[in-house]
Amino acid sequence: MVTCVNDAMFPETGKAVVRLLERLGVEVDFPAAQTCCAQPMVNTGYLDEAVPVVRTFVEAFDGYDAVVTPSGSCAGSARHQHAIVARRSGDPALAAAVERTAPRTYELSEFLVDVLGVVDVGAYFPHTVTYHPTCHSLRMLGVGDRPRRLLEAVRGLRLVELPGAAECCGFGGTFAVKNSDTSIAMGADKARHVRGTGAEVLVAGDNSCLVHVGGVLSRQQAGVRVVHLAEVLASTEEDAADEPPQTSPATAVGRAPLQGERTP
Amino acid sequence: MPAFPAAARVALADTQLRHNLAHATRTIRDKRAAVVGEVAQWEALRLAGAAVKESALLDLDRHLEQLEERLTAAGATVHWARDAEEACAVVAAVARAHGVDEVVKVKSMATAEIGLNEALAAEGIAAWETDLAELIVQLGGDLPSHILVPAIHRNRAEIREIFRREMAAAGRPAPDDLTDEPAVLAAAARAHLREKFLRAKVGVSGANFAVAESGTLVVVESEGNGRMCLTLPEVLVSVVGIEKVVPTWEALDPLLRLLPRSSTGERMNPYTSTWSGVTPGDGPQEVHVVLLDAGRTRALADEVGRQALRCIRCSACLNVCPVYERTGGHAYGSVYPGPIGAILNPLMKGVGQAGPEGAQTDSLPYASSLCGACFEVCPVRIDIPSVLVDLRAQVVDAHRGDRGVKGEAVAMRAAAWSFSDARRLAWAERASGVAGRVLTRLGRTTLPGGRRAAGRLPGPGAAWTGARDLPAPPRESFRAWWARTRPTQEDDR
Repeated sequence: MVTCVNDAMFPETGKAVVRLLERLGVEVDFPAAQTCCAQPMVNTGYLDEAVPVVRTFVEAFDGYDAVVTPSGSCAGSARHQHAIVARRSGDPALAAAVERTAPRTYELSEFLVDVLGVVDVGAYFPHTVTYHPTCHSLRMLGVGDRPRRLLEAVRGLRLVELPGAAECCGFGGTFAVKNSDTSIAMGADKARHVRGTGAEVLVAGDNSCLVHVGGVLSRQQAGVRVVHLAEVLASTEEDAADEPPQTSPATAVGRAPLQGERTP
Repeated sequence: MPAFPAAARVALADTQLRHNLAHATRTIRDKRAAVVGEVAQWEALRLAGAAVKESALLDLDRHLEQLEERLTAAGATVHWARDAEEACAVVAAVARAHGVDEVVKVKSMATAEIGLNEALAAEGIAAWETDLAELIVQLGGDLPSHILVPAIHRNRAEIREIFRREMAAAGRPAPDDLTDEPAVLAAAARAHLREKFLRAKVGVSGANFAVAESGTLVVVESEGNGRMCLTLPEVLVSVVGIEKVVPTWEALDPLLRLLPRSSTGERMNPYTSTWSGVTPGDGPQEVHVVLLDAGRTRALADEVGRQALRCIRCSACLNVCPVYERTGGHAYGSVYPGPIGAILNPLMKGVGQAGPEGAQTDSLPYASSLCGACFEVCPVRIDIPSVLVDLRAQVVDAHRGDRGVKGEAVAMRAAAWSFSDARRLAWAERASGVAGRVLTRLGRTTLPGGRRAAGRLPGPGAAWTGARDLPAPPRESFRAWWARTRPTQEDDR
């Protein structure tokens, strides 16, 4: 599943997942009927509105061996929240479909490590990186050290510790807007920790958290890039060779290719 | 009390407060993590604690009746209070019957919840807090901002100033050579409080637990002031929430082991006091117990939320909460702040009520990023994030019939409409791609890596772009790319 945020705002993450999984010999399909995991509605309390969205999810993915999504948050939604929505709908067929899809929905690092059994995915990413374990990956799903193990196996990558890594970045879906002052205060502290590491790149498994922290970092002109885990893992030496020399990020004006994007 | 976002804004602007809170919560958090790490079977202990409270709640009526029977047999007078008003009236009546104009108190969340001090003051009776932090808060004319450390938002220099300014009017004045050394401040408080303990005829307490089988109330504390309040006065009134009852002493065991490590980061609490009615010639010779509902049965009736009544008031969830760490306790508008307050208050008061108080209550389930740190540390495994989400749904449902159109509801309905059908979503993404091209031209910022940012957005979007850049939407969505580059796939979108 390419989440709604990735689909509409960060298509490069979805492309990276496809490239990575195909490189590892997985047959990838993108059922075009898919839309969203319904988390925006569920987390804001609009459970009635979430019912048709969950229905769309299970109809699109019923019948596949595994649903892989580059988001701990969306995988957590499918695994823990869809059942709540289905119960509310009072539709036993929907509840049964949720029971089929929920346990087969994996966050990317879980799928790579647990299902495919790989840690070294053959990636090359010659940068200093710090990693933020997003809350839903860490606590709702319990992905543990899987993303770190994957990153540590990436050639050229230097991983530096992020202080207070397990603390929430302050995104929290509609929390970022409903309680924007608190959200920004949390994001500012996260950004301060990221800057303190001296890393060039902040990596996480959820673009929603990255757009928040990245937005704060960018406003501070911190010069730190935010890159999704999938894009790091999809990168190869070939990509690095294609990458033009980096100008100072804070002053760059041209459109440099995003990590993992193939130049035409 | 304003709704949470507005109250939080005030707290966030107070840099001293934020510094004090960040320092204090980090210290307690680290202490807790260290002592919890010493217990090999912590998870099993948590499960045992949760199970004990859960089963006690399932048979609450039976346990409460047994508690009343045993307490009465031991010479105590048991009162039942449906709400704050009834509970305060009982305490005031006892104090009036003994003709006193002051009482001493051991720190108690239940009496803070019902506003007992204010109710007694209205009858001309002064209620003196004897817990050190509560004393600081009371002398400072302030409100507690933490369950365990009510004066967490104050630093040493501020405390010295409060003692110098306010102690004289309340009793024994602070010594002239008062410094901000913790030991010197504590000595001043001790001298001030000792006079009160020896003078007071009536003591008021809460209870951490109530054991039904023997009719025993239990208070755990660190300072010994509670024990003074429980033993020195001639008359004792204890106000106890009905959810505090456990059936047996055996059931109490995991809770007494979970509480100190979770709350103060200690292996064992320094003082555990228990009392059962009246013992002739020893301690208070007249004992009253007020069993308080005040919304607890309402919470008990909530299928998802009732687990909140397991809470043993350890405050571990406050200390790990990133929202609490930045806003402090006052923003929650209740004696129960932080994650547990964000669920307990709506559960006990009920959501969807009209007026500013209703709006404040309704704002609490949203005062969380749902990061889950609270659930992770809760010693009785209250799944606070799930309860928060359920309460959000209750808030939304309670307002579905409201007059006037709410922007958020419209946005959610619109999002659900486009997410219910991929063709609609694809159309919305094409529109956002067009908007992206416009925003790219308007935006002047380039994100590191080269992507253009959208400019500052008007309306509700300003809540985002006020302090955060937002990447402009890309020209092509993922699904459009997939359809374009994988023509072999059947696709008619």
